[in-house]
Formats: sequence, structure tokens, C-alpha cells
Amino acid sequence: MNKKISTSIKRVDAGIKTGGAARYIGDIPFDGLLYGKIVRSSRARAIIKSVSVPALPEGYYYIDAKDIPSGGRNRIEMIKDDWPVFADEHVRFIGETIGLLVGPDRKELNRLRDEVKVEYEDLTPVFSIEEAEALKGGPIHGEDNTYADYRLQKGDPDAAFAKAARVIEDTIRTGFQEHIYMEPQGVVAKTEDDGKLGILFSGQCPFYVRHAVSATMGLAEDQVRVQQVVTGGAFGGKEHYPDVISTPLAVAARKIGKPIGLFFDRVEDISFTPKRHPSVTRFKTALDEAGNIIGMDIDVRIDAGAYESCSMVVLQRAIFSVNSVYNIPNVKIRGRAFATNNVPSDAYRGFGAPQGLFAMESHMSHLARAINVDELKLKQQYLLKQGDVTVTNGRIHEEVKLPEIIQRIDDMSGYSKKLKEHTPGSWKGIGISLFNHGSGFTGNGEQEIIKGVVKMRKRADGLVDLLVSNVEMGQGLQTTFRKIAAMVLELPVDSVIYNDPNTDLVPDSGPTCASRSIAVVGYLVQEAAKKLKDRWKESDIVEVRQQYEPPEGLIPWDQENLQGDAYPSYGWGANVIEVEVDPLTYEVTTKGIWAVHDVGVAIDEKVVEGQVDGGIIQALGYGSLEKLEVKEGRFQQKTMADYTIPTTMDFPKIKSALVDNPYEYGPFGAKGAGELVFDGAAAAFADAVQMAINGDVKQIPVTPEYIMEVREDGNN
Amino acid sequence: MATINFSINGTSHAIDTDPLRRLLDILREDLKLTGVKEGCGEGECGACSVLKDGVLVNSCMIPIGTCEGSEIITPEGLRETVQGKAIIDAYGESGAVQCGFCTPGMMMATEALLRKNPSPTEGEAREALSGNLCRCTGYDMIIDGVLKAAERGKGLW
Repeated sequence: MNKKISTSIKRVDAGIKTGGAARYIGDIPFDGLLYGKIVRSSRARAIIKSVSVPALPEGYYYIDAKDIPSGGRNRIEMIKDDWPVFADEHVRFIGETIGLLVGPDRKELNRLRDEVKVEYEDLTPVFSIEEAEALKGGPIHGEDNTYADYRLQKGDPDAAFAKAARVIEDTIRTGFQEHIYMEPQGVVAKTEDDGKLGILFSGQCPFYVRHAVSATMGLAEDQVRVQQVVTGGAFGGKEHYPDVISTPLAVAARKIGKPIGLFFDRVEDISFTPKRHPSVTRFKTALDEAGNIIGMDIDVRIDAGAYESCSMVVLQRAIFSVNSVYNIPNVKIRGRAFATNNVPSDAYRGFGAPQGLFAMESHMSHLARAINVDELKLKQQYLLKQGDVTVTNGRIHEEVKLPEIIQRIDDMSGYSKKLKEHTPGSWKGIGISLFNHGSGFTGNGEQEIIKGVVKMRKRADGLVDLLVSNVEMGQGLQTTFRKIAAMVLELPVDSVIYNDPNTDLVPDSGPTCASRSIAVVGYLVQEAAKKLKDRWKESDIVEVRQQYEPPEGLIPWDQENLQGDAYPSYGWGANVIEVEVDPLTYEVTTKGIWAVHDVGVAIDEKVVEGQVDGGIIQALGYGSLEKLEVKEGRFQQKTMADYTIPTTMDFPKIKSALVDNPYEYGPFGAKGAGELVFDGAAAAFADAVQMAINGDVKQIPVTPEYIMEVREDGNN
Repeated sequence: MATINFSINGTSHAIDTDPLRRLLDILREDLKLTGVKEGCGEGECGACSVLKDGVLVNSCMIPIGTCEGSEIITPEGLRETVQGKAIIDAYGESGAVQCGFCTPGMMMATEALLRKNPSPTEGEAREALSGNLCRCTGYDMIIDGVLKAAERGKGLW
């Protein structure tokens, strides 16, 4: 451990937040603020025949695609631009934006919204991966309903299958997950004093919003000023979605000339904002006579919903993660992201990796049960090591400390000992998962798309401005970024000024996502601070700039064929979970949670531990409680009463530890942590349950109802 | 319309309003006390927690008409007291704060607990905060914060 950097300090934002003085978007006063209310599609797949708007009282407005200024576009420019700001002649999911009502009174807006009459011509909608693959009702996207269809191959899988003594098939399913950031979505748009279009928002990526809004409005990017404000949680749910709501709001604000706020209530937020992609992963695994794994054939399918948004990148991470931490010699993988008429799926902490890792960890446990060998021993036989080939025919460049991680978690949890004590089917079980997570954008995203820049400025008063576009959203960046800069500059932490980013004042250091803020941008902060330190005495005011350059020694990325090093470095981890299952009600009680992670070096141990605790509990919600069903394109759970996230009472205290493994191109040796800590708990939980009930668990969430099914089906 | 007389953080107020309006809206919109947050609007998440006559309530579920003669304490009031300061310090030292949207409500729930039970066990602290949801922390460090406040602030409650 690097004691100097890792030793915790008090978070800089703790006091102001606890006392209620921090101002979130809904807390900021604006003179003459009007409110927006979205008029939404009630149909999943239909042609809009007509929209009839009631007579509007004075001071009320209805805004739609016709109000987009000339030179602008009715498209939301995200990674793809298939999602329209206002529905074109088609609607493709229930809740899609048709128009925006604006006015001073929110109750009156609700009344007016209910009076807007939309006439539709219904088409046959598609609500599942299976229906999409069967092209029910004719294709809704392209010819085959896939946004992306990727194939990877490593080694010679066909030869492996040709000589297999046995092939084991397995299908693993994961469900939707809703982010439940505690603060619902909120944006304000207004014309600024200098004539620029101003957007203030709760979210992760100020420059994404600027790009989307300027493209919709037909404005130069520097004519849009985006200010991120204190953000009450995001988890990926505020990565792209703020673009979806700030674009129609910008159109309205420009036309009406007054500040307008769009604030979701919880029901609206759960019902219509994107979720984690559901997945179905089918394995065929070839074993030789001795039970060694000689090949795998894996088919990954995800439900991407009605617009592509970032789903192809989520799919990439899912298929790159679907061998988990194992070096399987011969593998073929197919991955497809399907268009459906469900609410579009989008970024959620882990970004495809949790689905891929859950599938592979579950499959490895099923293989161990099928061939009657110890699960951990089977896994240990295939652990990735430094120099090994990945599924994209890249390499693992760093030392892999999984043996140390496994030893440590066994010591902490007593896994091996307890495994002998609990016999399968004894209603007590213990489960283990191993996992890794690539830090930063997938493939060549950092150097080709993001090209992150950080600036740092010594001021005349001796303080230092840290100029970055990455945001504090709860993960502690206000504290950890300041620590990195201050430690290099040998200044007190409060000498580093780092405000919530404003796109007029900071360079584009990229979005706050993909576990990249510390691992990628934090390194730029460190290098900029070194430059500034060298030039400190040059003048009263000194400004330095640092741009991203890829680490040396990587295998170049081929985006066409998805070949090369998908990630320069990985975080690694193991989780152990112990459970008891009630033999009558099938309710599961979690008795113990253990976690060991390699995040390189912790920039602040308490911040990392907070990520570990929060990531694991969110993942246990995903694995056990958070059932989100879609019926005819409508989520059946839409309040916090029926979509239940973990409370203080659901899980015991987590015991966690870190294994040090400094990374050359991370600040003080740090790698990404925010998503890694989410990746393993669902699989460890499912593994523990399957031991307790002596039946294969093949889907999450593992609810009592599902356990009953497994029990009734025997070894399903 | 009705005139409701009540006190907020020790100051008397007489407000002419629809008695069915939510206490949450009176606090946030009329009085600009934005330390209370709206997380769900249906009494599930606790982000809008206040003390009403010493009892922890979700202000989104309280019609202002039921507040006649009541004493309401919001995060803005509590943070100025020695007890509130002790909780804020303990939360900060324990790592209890991440995005912070639930935290003022957690502080109110902690105050309500410590008034009744100045030295709670971990289990008692978990139970007392079970009506307040947090999506960031996994709760362990919030519970540490409650126990640290109790220990450090011994004698304050």
C-alpha cells in the first residue's frame, strides 16, 4: 500500500451534504422558472396519425419537432443518433417523447397532458429477445433486428469440439435492473445573459449533453454552456439519458425564452428511463475424457430496446467478459444486441460485464457440479496469468494476483472449511465468484473517440485550479482528484480548487463512466501536476495541459474485427457469500459477505471501501431482490414499493480487503474500481443458494418463487 | 384554504394554504428549505424525513393541515444544534456520505433514534434507519456513523 495516498481523509463534500446545504438541481432557485411535462406515447409500436393538443391557457406552450430551429436535427446525437428528440412518424416504445408541454403550474400541466389526444395506427410490437429473433411483425431494425452481431474466435474451437468426449450445454438469464439513483432525473434549460443556451443538469457527462444539444439546435458547440450540478447518484443512468431530456427542453427554452425545468417524479423515472440490458447466454462446453475444458461455444443475446444508443458497446463488454478470469484454450463467441419495443436499455454500472461474468461464473459452477469436482479447484485450473491470451487475442499485460486474492478470501471467510461443513441441499450454502473488469473505454475509445485533456493552473493566490470535465456523483471524485493533485504538488488538499464542471471553463477530459475517472483521467491529473510542479516558479500564473496517450506495449486495437487489447489493465476480485434458505418459504438469509479486490492502489481507502460496500449491496439487489418484469412493453413495477432495493436490514456487514498491485499507467498505481465491485456478488449469491438447495441456479434475480421452480424441476 | 399555525426549526409560521398540500412542498417551495429531498413521493425512501413533534415522519405523506400546532425540525434546524453537528462529524469520519441525496434524511433518522436510545447496538441502528433508503453506500458506513455519533456525543441525548 502507498500509505501516503491511500490513507483516508474526510470527504470534502460530507458536511455540506449531510446537513442538507448541498444544492441539487431541484434545489436551485431560478427566476420565473416554468416546468416541462413530456407527452408520451401510450403505444409500443405504432404510426402516429395525428396529435391534437387542447386549447392552452395563457402562458402554456406545446413544443414538438416543428419547433426545432432550422439547421438543427430531430436526432439525439449520442454514440448513435437513431433516437429522435421527438417521435418521428413512428413511436417505438411506451413512454417515447412525442411533445413537451410547458407552463408555470405542474398540476395544470398534468391535466393538459391528459387532454392531448394522439391517434395511432398500431403495428405488431416485439417484447422479448425471442420475439425479436423470430422477426415477429416484420423487422423493426434492419433486416434481422440486430443492432450488432459480433463473432470472436480464439484458438481452434471446431477442432476442440470434434474431439470432445462430452459437451455440456447451459443457458443463463439475467433480468432488467433499474438504477434507483436516489435523486430522479432533472435538467434546467435557459438562455444565459450572454445569449448562450445554458443547460444545468444532474448527471455524468457534461460534454455529451453539450454535443447532443448543439446538434439538435444547430448551434456551434461553444454556443451551448453546460453546468453539472451536485448529482444524487447516477450509476450509468445519467450517462446518456440527460441527452434525451435536455434536447427537447433546449428546443422549448429557446422558443419560449424563459428558464424551464424538467424534473421526473419516481414513477416517471422508473417507468420510462433506460435499464440494465436483460441477457440470455447459451454455453456449449467441450470436455475431454479427463474432464478438462478444451473448448467453448458461447452465444450472448441482449435486449437493447427500441433505440440503439450505446448498446453495441455494452454488447462488446459483455462478450469480452464472458470468459471471466479464465484462459479457455479454444473459444468461439457470438454476441447480438436485439431491437425490441421495450424502453431502450442503456448504461448501468458494469456496462455488460455483470451479465457476461454472471453467466460464466454460473456456468463454471454448473460444470463443476456436472462433473463432480470442486468448483474452486476447477476455476483455479484455468486462471488467467500475465501474458495469457484474451478472447480478443490481446494479452494480459499485468501480474494477475488472483492466487493471492483467493488465498486471502479463503482465510477471511473460511470458504474451504465451510464448503466441507455444508452438504449440498442442507439449506445452508457458501458460494464464490471470481471476476475482473477492464478500466476505461473499450478498445481504442480513449485514443480515437475521447482524447481526454486535463488542465491545471497555478493561480496568483497560490491555489491551484484543477480543470476537468469529470464529475462528482457520489463516488468521491471531489476528494480523490484533489488528493492526487495535492500529493504531487505537495500542497494541502484544500489548495486544489475543483468545481462542478462547466463546459465553458474546463477542457473535455471525457465522460464520467467506464471506471475511467481515476484510472485514465486521474493519471492525466497526476502527470499535469508533475508538469505544473516543474514549472511552478516560472510565473505567478502557470497553466499546463495533459492529453491522453495510450500506454506503451499494447497490441493495437482493430475495431472492425474486435481484435487486440480491449483494455490496457484490469481490476480483479473475489466474493464469497454464505446463505441459509428457509426450507418452507424459500426465503434466503445472507449470513456473511466477504470481498477481496485488486484495484491497483487505493487513492483513498475509505472511498474504495465505500465503493465496495455499495457495489456489492447493489449487486445483491440485482441477484436477489430486484425483479423488474415487462409486460406488453410496460414495466410492471413502477414505484419504490414494488421495485424493492436493499434496506439496512437485508444484508449483514461486509468484510473486505484490498490486494496491492500498482499499475504503471495509473495515478500512484491506481486502476478502476467503481464497476469491478459490482461484478461478482450476484454470482457468489446464486452459487451459495444452489449449494443450499442442491439445484442449478440459472437466472437472477434468485427469488423464493424461482427457488421453488428449481426445487420442483429437480436439477432443472 | 386554511391558516395553519406551526413552528419550523423554532420559528413560528402562519401559512394560508390548501390543508391537503404536502408538508414537503410547504418546506421546499414556500419556505425554500431544500434540505428535505423528494426521492419517491410515497413514503418509501425517507429522503424527505423531518421530525414532527419529535417523531420521525416522511414529509411527503403529511398533509399540512395535520401540522396545526406542531413543531417541525428539518435538516436546516438540526444541523445548527450540537446534536446535529455531532452526527454530521461522525458521518464524515465514517465515510457515510456518497451522493448525499439520502443523507439529510439519514441524519434526521439518526437524531430520532438517539433521542430515544442514546447508545444503540448495530442491530438497533439498522432497524431505526430501515425506512431510509440509500443506493450508494450499502449502509455499513452509515451505521458506523450512527454508532460513532452515539459514542462521541455521549451525554448530548
